[in-house]
Amino acid sequence: MLNEQNLFLIFLSAFLVNNILLIKFLGLCSFFGISSDIKASVGMGLAVIFVMVMACSVSWVVYHYILAPFHLEFLRTLTFILTIASLVQFEEIFIRKKAPALYKSLGIYLPLITTNCAILGVAFLGIDYKLTFIQNLLYSFGASCGYCLSILLFAGIREKLSTAPIPENLKGIPIAFITASLMSLAFLGFKGLFKL
Amino acid sequence: MKRLIDFKNFTKGIWKENPVLYLMLGLCPLLAISGSVSDSIGMGIAFTFVLVCSNIIISLIRRFVPAHVRIPVFIVIIATFVTITDYSVAAFSPQLHKNLGVFLPLIVVNCIVLGRAEAFASKNNVINSFLDGLGMGIGFTIIIVFMAVIREGIGNGTIMGRPVFPENYKPFLFMILPPGAFLVIGFLIALKNTIEGRRKC
Repeated sequence: MLNEQNLFLIFLSAFLVNNILLIKFLGLCSFFGISSDIKASVGMGLAVIFVMVMACSVSWVVYHYILAPFHLEFLRTLTFILTIASLVQFEEIFIRKKAPALYKSLGIYLPLITTNCAILGVAFLGIDYKLTFIQNLLYSFGASCGYCLSILLFAGIREKLSTAPIPENLKGIPIAFITASLMSLAFLGFKGLFKL
Repeated sequence: MKRLIDFKNFTKGIWKENPVLYLMLGLCPLLAISGSVSDSIGMGIAFTFVLVCSNIIISLIRRFVPAHVRIPVFIVIIATFVTITDYSVAAFSPQLHKNLGVFLPLIVVNCIVLGRAEAFASKNNVINSFLDGLGMGIGFTIIIVFMAVIREGIGNGTIMGRPVFPENYKPFLFMILPPGAFLVIGFLIALKNTIEGRRKC
């Protein structure tokens, strides 16, 4: 269904219409864990864009050029998680050596990303939708930008919430969920943007 | 003192340290699947199976695994059980497999499974790890089914496909859609906070 669309629509669909956090429910642990601080959210958002595009491309290549020719599709889960984990490890070492300043701001989020279901989920979805390499690239870029956008918006709202008068029992996580519910409702509005 | 078999390990997962409400872990499948009661039961069983099996195996090999490679070892064990579950569900119930979609293989990165492996199974004996996994799995299942009953009941007027409201009830579609999931879990956690707050007083 997705592969007949042109590339821009794939990007837009992953970015807004099927936002991975608010509509597809992927990567929520980090979404609620980190978004209480804007600075951390920026770091996490950028780290996710960086890792997701690379991880999805690598796992696409692994799936189509290693697993599929040998009919080893059932090893998908195992290979993808290991590929992504080693890729993140490698990136961490690389950034620490080449860009210490970047490492300082992104470093602590990289290990967290290994077990972030958004990365693995988007890698699986790219395979399930039978995307080509270029489409997969744009799909993962769109999805990670969507992650970045919604975590930034959410962090901004949560910063305001911390000073707002809220009933005692709703303070903290519960009100964050209710806020996310309203944001998700707003993102549902993008469904009218174009017909898939 | 640590006892050989402690049933507290089983009961703590259900309320006191409920993986969802207390530890705030494993939210993704919880919110995504809880739109339908039957899917939620399927997800709960698959999840409990993976959690129990990986807890047992990790607890059995905990003395042989060097500390600094333990995480990759745990992940490989969990991924194996997830693959088994994935293919069994696909064989026995293709419809359920289709409904659960990407969230079935994603159990592998679920924070609850790896969290219990790291925090509990790698430090305790087999029976306690089994009880811990079972308790956490059942705790998760109870919450996801409870959420699904609320969401499917209000959002579609049915529970497991059977109508529960009088005929002139107009389904409140919002609850089935993604925003409804966030709303319900928000109020559930608030409810838990309220009950815990009362107990402390």
